[in-house]
Amino acid sequence: MASNIKIKAKLSGDIADIKSLMIHPMETGARKDPDTGELVPMHHITQLTFTNNDKPVMVANFSTAVSKNPYFSFKFGGANAGDKLKVSWVDNLGRTDELETVLK
Amino acid sequence: MEKAAAVLVLCFATMLMHSVALAGPEEDRVAFVAFFKSRFPDIPFADYANGIYAIDRDAREQWLAIEDFPPYEFAIERGQALWQTAFPNGKTFGECFAQQQEDIRAMYPRFDELSGEVVTLEMAINNCRTANDQSLLAYDEGGIVDITAFLAFEARGKKLHVRVPDDQPGALQAYESGKRFYYSKRGQMNFACSDCHVTSVGQYVRADRLSSSLGHPTHFPVYRSKLGEMISLHQRFAGCVRDVRAKPFALQSTEFRNLEYFLSYMSNGLEANGPGARK
Amino acid sequence: MHVRRRLFLSGGIAFAALAAMPRALLAAAWPDKAFSLTAAGEAMKDLLGTDQTIASDKIMLKVPEIAENGAVVPVTISTSLENVESISIVVKKNPRPLAATFEILPGTLPDIASRIKMGETSDVMAVVKTDHGIYSTAKQVKVTIGGCGG
Repeated sequence: MASNIKIKAKLSGDIADIKSLMIHPMETGARKDPDTGELVPMHHITQLTFTNNDKPVMVANFSTAVSKNPYFSFKFGGANAGDKLKVSWVDNLGRTDELETVLK
Repeated sequence: MEKAAAVLVLCFATMLMHSVALAGPEEDRVAFVAFFKSRFPDIPFADYANGIYAIDRDAREQWLAIEDFPPYEFAIERGQALWQTAFPNGKTFGECFAQQQEDIRAMYPRFDELSGEVVTLEMAINNCRTANDQSLLAYDEGGIVDITAFLAFEARGKKLHVRVPDDQPGALQAYESGKRFYYSKRGQMNFACSDCHVTSVGQYVRADRLSSSLGHPTHFPVYRSKLGEMISLHQRFAGCVRDVRAKPFALQSTEFRNLEYFLSYMSNGLEANGPGARK
Repeated sequence: MHVRRRLFLSGGIAFAALAAMPRALLAAAWPDKAFSLTAAGEAMKDLLGTDQTIASDKIMLKVPEIAENGAVVPVTISTSLENVESISIVVKKNPRPLAATFEILPGTLPDIASRIKMGETSDVMAVVKTDHGIYSTAKQVKVTIGGCGG
């Protein structure tokens, strides 16, 4: 099923290497629409949160300076195969998205 | 400008008349590859499929960082969904093509005897839609580019093997037309494609390093960091023509299809490695 | 003023979204003010309480020398410093220098990577907050205006 978030998770021992990619325009609010000449309103992910079996493992705070279609990777310990990893984001317009995956 | 082009065409025509027995596409290709080999003796042939990243170290590192999780993965997924979705009549795209999924991309562009013109993958996709009573997809919109991204991904590893059949004179004409386009000066800047991508390959035009035409078509469509979107090969052609301050030809115009035909032939033997990520 | 009101609203909406999330997911609020400040030092003071950092060779900052495209600049930061609480990316010459800040929660390694936008040639600073001090290292990334591929 097509999602707007992708996760690649690799488990080495008990370290989980998590890579995430998500679709989002990450508009700075300073860009002009080439067709209308109007400023495109600021629209960006503000906070990206990861939990493993409901325990928070990462909170990433983004400004508009994170690239369009953000990429973010990090590592955490104490991970096991079968763990439920969940990622969710919220943006400055209050929109949200999330994805759950199982560590293998 | 017109006069210069006419003189060039006359030169080529004369050369053609003299040389048609001596030089054909294959000879052109061998000479093309030999030129780049002499310019960059340490670059293995296969690496030209990676474009400028075969030449520029620092840029290559940044590209590899993006390839670690490339944004075109979303396009591949969308393309796969489109490819597999049946038309109202129950048929799917796959049924328009005799080949296996993974063999489709590397077959194009090809010269079609019946229509007497070069058919690109994008055109073939739209021909399929027409054959199934569906409207045409715009050549610069998501749908077509996503589908070609999917087919490019499926074809990874297959070598380009564009043919210019001896027994179809229209094919050689289309090839020669593309070749002429490639070597003709155009625009306010009076540049031919070859000026940058052959003569000045690896050098800088302002802050950009010039890529080689050997390998140009292998990795399309590409995700462009600058746009945060996918673009097709013809969209890139149009961008380049605009950059030399000439009026771009339409996507899938005869000019661009013939140019793609010539360029793809020049890259025969390189592996299809799309979709790609570029700045 | 228009801009300030919009920032207040965006902060408010983000907070509302956070308030709706289960307890277990509540984290520190998004640092609205720090992200809006236009001077690197001011942004750091707001976020970390100070703009004074200890230069450290224990922070590995990987950025390109010349960005291929200022819209997508890969940044990787890791550190052997202990008890890391947060890692932040500060791009001195960006209109708003604080690009991102990451909370390194207990059990999580101080090792992150992302892709950021840079408006012009600038120092990119990795700021690592630990329980025993705030450390940093910086590298210059050149951002050029393209020719034809750009």
